[in-house]
Amino acid sequence: MNEPLVEPLLAAEPEPGFETHAPLIPGDSVTGRALVVVIAIMTFLACLTAGAALLVADASQAWRSDVVRDAMIQVKPRPGEDVDSLVAKAVSLATQAPQVESAHALSRAESEKLLDPWLGAGLDFSQLPVPRVILVRLRGQGSEDLAPLRQALASAVPQAALDDHRMWAARLGTMADAIVTLAAALFALMIVAMGTAIGFATRGAVAGNREIVEVLHLVGASDAFIAKEFQAHFRRLGFRGALIGGLAAIAFFACASLLSVWWAHTPGGGEIAAMFGSFALRFSGYLALVAVCAAVTLLTGLLSREIVMRHLQTLQ
Amino acid sequence: MLQFENVGLRYGLGSEVLGDLNFSVDPQSFQFLTGPSGAGKTTLMRLMLLSLRPTRGAIRVFGQDSAALSKNDLTTLRRRIGAVFQDFRLLDHLTTYENVALPLRAMGREEAGYRAEVVELLRWVGLGDRMNASPPVLSGGEKQRAAIARALIVRPELLLADEPTGNVDPGLARRLLRLFVELHRLGTAVVIATHDLQLMEQFGFARRLVVGDGKLTIFDGSSS
Repeated sequence: MNEPLVEPLLAAEPEPGFETHAPLIPGDSVTGRALVVVIAIMTFLACLTAGAALLVADASQAWRSDVVRDAMIQVKPRPGEDVDSLVAKAVSLATQAPQVESAHALSRAESEKLLDPWLGAGLDFSQLPVPRVILVRLRGQGSEDLAPLRQALASAVPQAALDDHRMWAARLGTMADAIVTLAAALFALMIVAMGTAIGFATRGAVAGNREIVEVLHLVGASDAFIAKEFQAHFRRLGFRGALIGGLAAIAFFACASLLSVWWAHTPGGGEIAAMFGSFALRFSGYLALVAVCAAVTLLTGLLSREIVMRHLQTLQ
Repeated sequence: MLQFENVGLRYGLGSEVLGDLNFSVDPQSFQFLTGPSGAGKTTLMRLMLLSLRPTRGAIRVFGQDSAALSKNDLTTLRRRIGAVFQDFRLLDHLTTYENVALPLRAMGREEAGYRAEVVELLRWVGLGDRMNASPPVLSGGEKQRAAIARALIVRPELLLADEPTGNVDPGLARRLLRLFVELHRLGTAVVIATHDLQLMEQFGFARRLVVGDGKLTIFDGSSS
């Protein structure tokens, strides 16, 4: 009985730097790779939707703030009237109004020039009753009540009509809001679709790793511990997918931004830029895309943990 | 420590594979569970490990009725039981070190706190140079020893070992058995399932639980 209890069969020292804390759920599997691809595509689409919504919202904000601060007075002369004195009277009334920052009357030549796009250049307008235009800059964000100015113009210069663009701005605003709402709904649908894919993948992973789950239970692992391991596994997959999809989306918007700079110098580019913005995300827009990627990573982990916990609770 | 009262088990609507089991495993006791192949030794071990629920009767583990245990209670109890499975049940994607450390990791202990302990035990069972090897490249005997080390690492109060010497040569089998005896002397109750009569005769002091025809017969061992 002098023999040791268990003789070391090989007394060699352990190799330095041996693996001590590998993930308990194997990382490399066909379903895992497929989920990374699905998450990457969904993240890319979600980022595109979010970026597009931000671009539309930014463009809408820009032209709404410009347009609603501008108003226009048209003076339509009748035969025999002194148009210049009517225009001067209207300018005087406008500049006295507290809501108005400035009022500038276009000259007859400038007013006629405005008709060039429709009637062509070089025409003689001397025999035509061309309305004279007064550009009015409002003080605030266009929420001022212009009724007093309108009334004053109606009584002093009945030939003058005040147009504050509000109806047009309201329609464009409604359209932009509709686009942003649609984008938000698409974004939500993509997140739901991604959640569903994660749910399927998690259930598949739990079924595929049943042996591991059983061994973990038998060595005294709690459900929370096992769920945490699955959460870490899926968070890693989610991070990889979100990173790929997010970087692709950021590259897409960076390219679109460069192209829009080039496009702005082409015929028609200016009008499109004025309508839809410059296709250039601001820095906060890129931060929003990063936030989408972080949210996808967190969502993947948390959702899988919840699904695994529910599954384990049903096991006897 | 472990009490079976009129325990029976059937699968589905079939006849009972085990019935009228009445026995207890006392603290610091040592027993062999034996019987012919297919008699139900592994099934009885699974009942003792609470990985199977009996269809009738009561099993009390560490004074608690197994039928009334919550999942958390079951987890806590399993941390007091070490189990060596016939098919080892090592996780193939983990190294030998990680497999042996698994129960401690599952308890939420920090790796730095148990590393020396695991390395020492692995050296003790002769796997000092196989710590970074994964189970698929281990021999049957090495897997056996890794499985035993995993069961022992938590210093269990009850050790259940299913055919722990089935894949090793007689010399190593004796040494492993001596390890179990030493554990028993240190206070662990040991149940070893085996059909190796020669091995049992070398440890005549041990009680024998013999399973046959779905029933259990108990033979007390000679005093050690």
